[in-house]
Amino acid sequence: MKTTHIAIVGGGPAGLCAAISAASSGAKVTVIERSDRLGGQLVKQTHMFFGSEKQYASTRGIDIPNILLNELEKYKNNIEIIRNTNVVGLYEDGILTLLENEEKYYKIKPSAVIVATGASEKFLAFENNDLPGIYGAGAVQTLMNVYGVRPGNKVLMVGAGNIGLIVSYQLMQAGVHVEAIIDAAPKIGGYHVHASKIRRMGIPIMTRHTVIKAIGHDFLEKAVICQLDDKWNPIKGSEKELDVDVMCISVGLSPLNELLAMAGCQMKYIPNLSGFVPVRYDNYETTVNNLFTAGDSSGIEEASSAMVEGYLAGLFAAKKIGHAHENHDQLLADYKDQLDSLRAGPEGKHIRDGVDQIERRRDNA
Amino acid sequence: MRIDEHPILKFERGKKLKFTLDGKEMEGYQGETVAAALQAAGVKVLGQSLFKHRPRGFYCAIGNCSSCLMVVNGKSNVKTCVTMLEEGMIVEIQKGKGGLE
Repeated sequence: MKTTHIAIVGGGPAGLCAAISAASSGAKVTVIERSDRLGGQLVKQTHMFFGSEKQYASTRGIDIPNILLNELEKYKNNIEIIRNTNVVGLYEDGILTLLENEEKYYKIKPSAVIVATGASEKFLAFENNDLPGIYGAGAVQTLMNVYGVRPGNKVLMVGAGNIGLIVSYQLMQAGVHVEAIIDAAPKIGGYHVHASKIRRMGIPIMTRHTVIKAIGHDFLEKAVICQLDDKWNPIKGSEKELDVDVMCISVGLSPLNELLAMAGCQMKYIPNLSGFVPVRYDNYETTVNNLFTAGDSSGIEEASSAMVEGYLAGLFAAKKIGHAHENHDQLLADYKDQLDSLRAGPEGKHIRDGVDQIERRRDNA
Repeated sequence: MRIDEHPILKFERGKKLKFTLDGKEMEGYQGETVAAALQAAGVKVLGQSLFKHRPRGFYCAIGNCSSCLMVVNGKSNVKTCVTMLEEGMIVEIQKGKGGLE
């Protein structure tokens, strides 16, 4: 059976950073990616990142994978990358089962595993919500920014968080009209820099509004929205019909971590982290020995923090199996500082509170 | 439905490819997925729901949600949002569960 020191499931921001940090520690790393390209969802993020220089602030998301791949190249003797391959099982004896190109099925036995599988888009319940033309906001971003295809002509964006705001702006850049952005909450969830940019383009952002119905035969032709009162109940008579052929649902993401649940990790429902997440130690190891996690699969945050978590998980996993980095303590302090600053202030409070509910101390880490 | 001018991105499309959708001749480009090529051609309905036969289109476009399953070259339940278009592909709208080849 194929063996490796550390198997990393997912070649997105967290997985690539975990690979860099584990390989630079001297461990042999195998990255398993389901698609044919690395970088995960960075490949569609045309906006410039926030955070600090260390997480490539002011660099566009689409340019970050190449920076990370150049870094990986330095340790290429320690890194193997398997593309077009799904990890379909993670078993109690530590064996992973892989399905390559949906055809070839085989096993790997690593000494440790880092699960960095990311997230999937949430959905919303309303009448006719399954009509074609109703897409995840991330899906529309992929379609436009990766393949250069417009989703339609007129869009209703549901959700005024950062993704909703950013994708609305990108829709306008692609020449698609955004009719309105609505959000059930009383205030805009995303950064105000993004919201102001949108408003300057003349797109209304309507808070305390929700979608109640989609209308169309084979695909979306109209959407009905309405206003909500301060108890989140629809206000009768406030219904409005919008002429749109696309609706983008941008109501958050759920962690994709079935593999961790399957392996027997203790999972906990943490609303602050957007769903079921693994309980973990402060060295990013779950309650299953030598099974680590980083990035959105352990709680929804931003790509910037996913990268730092990846570096940390890679460092700790390598150390755990006997490949401690020569500058372990120094790197550790630096990464922890970076995470603290990304999660600082009132904006980071819900993440800090979420992490507090799943993180346990492991003093020997 | 294709974007030709964009302030940040430049789309370098690959070779033009021919494929069929339910027997009808279609065109797309190398380097794009089946679902992207269909969307560019204005095709939104990719399949039918199992029991009520309601129209289905893609939802996540990254291979998570299985809303874009179609029959491709005789194989059912292919995730067309992550399957790259190839010359001469035979794509069909899937009705029902599909079967083994």
